[in-house]
Amino acid sequence: MTQPTFKIRLQGIHKSFGPKHVLTGLDLDIAEGESLVILGGSGSGKSVLLKHIIGLLQPDEGTVEVDGVDLSTLGQRQLIEFRRRFGMSFQEGALFDSMTVWQNIAFPLQRARPRIATADISARVEQCLESVGLQGVDDKVPAELSGGMRRRVGFARAIALQPQILLFDEPTTGLDPVMTAVIDEVINNLRRRLGSTTITITHDLTSAFRIADRIAMLHRGQILAVAPPDEFRASDDPRLQQFLEGRAEGPLTDDPPPQTTQVPDP
Amino acid sequence: MFRPFESFFLELGRTTQIFVRVLLWTFRPPYDPRQWLTQMVRVGIQSIPVVLLTAVFTGGVMALQIFTVLARFGAENYVGSIVGLAMVRELAAVLGALMIAGRCGAAMGAELGAMRVTQQIDALEVLATDPVHYLIVPRVWATTLALPLLIALADAVGIFGGYVVSVIVMGANPATYLDITFRYMDANDVMSGLIKAAVFGLLIATIGCSKGFHAKGGAEGVGRATTAAVVTGSIAVLVVNFFLTKLMF
Repeated sequence: MTQPTFKIRLQGIHKSFGPKHVLTGLDLDIAEGESLVILGGSGSGKSVLLKHIIGLLQPDEGTVEVDGVDLSTLGQRQLIEFRRRFGMSFQEGALFDSMTVWQNIAFPLQRARPRIATADISARVEQCLESVGLQGVDDKVPAELSGGMRRRVGFARAIALQPQILLFDEPTTGLDPVMTAVIDEVINNLRRRLGSTTITITHDLTSAFRIADRIAMLHRGQILAVAPPDEFRASDDPRLQQFLEGRAEGPLTDDPPPQTTQVPDP
Repeated sequence: MFRPFESFFLELGRTTQIFVRVLLWTFRPPYDPRQWLTQMVRVGIQSIPVVLLTAVFTGGVMALQIFTVLARFGAENYVGSIVGLAMVRELAAVLGALMIAGRCGAAMGAELGAMRVTQQIDALEVLATDPVHYLIVPRVWATTLALPLLIALADAVGIFGGYVVSVIVMGANPATYLDITFRYMDANDVMSGLIKAAVFGLLIATIGCSKGFHAKGGAEGVGRATTAAVVTGSIAVLVVNFFLTKLMF
């Protein structure tokens, strides 16, 4: 059952915001080098989960381990250093809107190595932009870019320090189907080039099946199932079927929330 | 029942926490001279017109009012002294700080609030940068440093405003007016005003940044953060001013 090496291991994660219990005992293992897609409806706790992996949020209960290190044992400064292993792209890109594209991508490089030469930065910025299929946008500010371009610049910024782990938060939400396909291809290319472990959260099924090695289904703060795309599609779990078919009626939307007592299959 | 108290102490706690983090991060590299310079220019240089306008009209109106009152018992020779002392000890610092709270405190609340709701602050953290270190440290110290300088200018301009009104409008003797203005003023009067100004700068920036930093809930949240930055900043200036005055005189 258990795979030999886990890049990331989440065990028994509980997280509440006030009275809202968002993650309710979540377990998830992510293997080195795999591309995991986490599917889930709106408000299922996808973004909260991602923020736990990178240490932006701390769980109320449970542990997050990355490369065998329990994140809760790290101090504030160590955690900041530790984050260099990660590259994260945000919904809408989260580019610094007071800076140009060039400055946005140069930012992590300058922060990591304050003495780096401008020529080296430029070379790396060009490389990163080329990896995401953009050119000639260096001097533009984020407001001048389209949604798809903004996200690709966000990717370029995320890979500037060649991270081992890439996190994508809803990379295709709000984009047209063609741009979605482009973004999916960019994600696959980046993964091939960097060999990084990739975690993508989305509710876009087409996109999920295009980029995933394994797909995990998140519902009401727990992982319902994790399986390779084909198995996932063939599953007879009525909850997965409801999500795949996009039906309004079914076990996912039943109230009150069904009590899942079993530990989900890793 | 205790909701208002609860939120008051929550806000006080948050602002104090931000201030402590600013202190802890101030002396840690990497330093970002460009951020510091940008903030100095925004708070210091770009606020000059508004602060000076406030000062010149306050000096002027003080001269008008005091002249009318003192004339009732024939003491109009002392207008210069009262206007001057009121400006340097109290009015320049407090009114200047209120203008800065409206101008810069609001800008900080709005800018950081917008960065928070568009996840730019999260992005900073992910890019191995402490947002307090990168965003708030330069803002707080730039404002703390810029405010006394601005207020020193405002002192001079306020006195000038009083002089112009007294001499031109009320027909006071120019030489006597200036002589009286500075005869009863010593360095401590001016210093106390400038120390107040520095404290006000610290308050306005820390509160403004804290409001923005903790903003949530989209555009509406940014609006709330901006309003709170101005209102809380201004009230803090007025309340702290009372206790500082009590302490220093």
